[in-house]
Amino acid sequence: MDEVLLRTLTPAVTGVLVRRGADFAAAEDAVQDALVEAVRVWPDDPPCDPKGWLVTVAWRRFLDAARSDASRRHREARVEHEPAPGPVQEGDDTLRLYFLCAHPSLTPASAVALTLRAVGGLTTRQIAQAYLVPEATMAQRISRAKRTVAGVRFDRPGDVATVLRVLYLVFNEGYSGDVDLAAEAIRLTRRLAAAIDHPEAAGLLALMLLHHARRPARTGPGGRLVPLAEQDRGRWDTRLIAEGVGVLQTALARDRLGEFQAQAAIAALHADARTAAETDWVQIVEWYDELVRLTGSPVARLNRAVAVGEADGPRAGLAALAGLDPALPRHAAVAAYLHERDGDPVTAARLYAEAARAAPSLPECEHLTRQAARLNARLRG
Amino acid sequence: MAKYLLLKHYRGAPAPVNDVPMDRWTPEEISAHVRYMHDFADRLEATGEFVDGQALSPEGTFVRYDGEGRPPVTDGPFAETKDLIAGWMVIDVETYERALELAGELSAAPGAGGKPIHEWLEVRPFLAAPPTITE
Repeated sequence: MDEVLLRTLTPAVTGVLVRRGADFAAAEDAVQDALVEAVRVWPDDPPCDPKGWLVTVAWRRFLDAARSDASRRHREARVEHEPAPGPVQEGDDTLRLYFLCAHPSLTPASAVALTLRAVGGLTTRQIAQAYLVPEATMAQRISRAKRTVAGVRFDRPGDVATVLRVLYLVFNEGYSGDVDLAAEAIRLTRRLAAAIDHPEAAGLLALMLLHHARRPARTGPGGRLVPLAEQDRGRWDTRLIAEGVGVLQTALARDRLGEFQAQAAIAALHADARTAAETDWVQIVEWYDELVRLTGSPVARLNRAVAVGEADGPRAGLAALAGLDPALPRHAAVAAYLHERDGDPVTAARLYAEAARAAPSLPECEHLTRQAARLNARLRG
Repeated sequence: MAKYLLLKHYRGAPAPVNDVPMDRWTPEEISAHVRYMHDFADRLEATGEFVDGQALSPEGTFVRYDGEGRPPVTDGPFAETKDLIAGWMVIDVETYERALELAGELSAAPGAGGKPIHEWLEVRPFLAAPPTITE
């Protein structure tokens, strides 16, 4: 049985229950029960209408739960009368769920957890494993999130930007445990981009596809980080790149630029270079200028300094770096790189060691220590 | 089974035998070290003795309560702090001797010149839950 196929039905089924009068939290619980039941039953007895099957089972579960709750007798009377299945606006149901799960009243971590469960159809255990927290902790996070959005009216249009930010967070979490969060984020973003007409949704999808395409080349033996310039480009996924570029071009043609489209454009220019030396750094700098204009983000300025260093030489890169706060994450690493290219291995080695001490992840720490070691070995020899 | 914490210190432990800072090793020596650590954890997972392993950033802050309605007081990082934890591994093993044996293997991770670092690791037993049968 295709588990992903099963999970794609989740938001639509939840939407049907909500439209029939179930509150979101109860509907979501009932759908989770139905999914578990499907995993048990379908392999031996596959339904001819999977979605209809899930709706029936989830609705029955919901009624059972409502009935067993004596204090909610009045609601039971309301929902007992099962409406005939009418025409289903599936896209609308799914979209509403995206907005609800990324509601601005939720913290980012709660929105991520709720989205993965209610829209993605993952189990609490899978989400907990992916984020390396105990299952009970994740269960609490999800039920608190559901309580937070309990009063949100389900029929108001939401803010696409908050949904995109949640999906971006999921994608960036990458891969740990048995759930591939990057692939899951792509799946959810693909559905969102298909459901709404929004260039930034397409831009985010393109950005994810273009970065996902490089994943096989990004790590070496033992989880070692391989920098972009040293990656074996033969291992990039050309199918994903072609798709990402196509999605991006369609979005850019709409002439409503946003930060995800600009980031995707930069990724596309990297993907377009057969070797690192062929990279069109001048165009990349122009896109970073757009990105800085759109976001004002210091991180974008930092990355722009790297691009300027490649396009106009390390001195220009260092000049671009000069105005930035040295406390920025990865500032020392960028400075080290530019100083090495500028022919100052002593300063570069010192900065690489400093960057390693401030590195936010173990692979980065090891990578930067290795850079410092490489320069120190050369200085000794 | 009993759980033990194997603590690795940035500072505070006696100096290792092969005491060369990592950025003075060759890149290949660093790779060999990282591989050894990965293999060690994998091996303990295979024997059913691995519980958890984490590395910590060297930058930390001291925090304390400062009374009702006040924000907590923070201080540090202190360059002169005697003890600085670099990371840990939690193992679940049959005996104390096994815990010592594994800590010894971890301390033999290769360093500069490809030779074992012989670094000092601290082995701390977890306080266990009280037993059900007491008489």
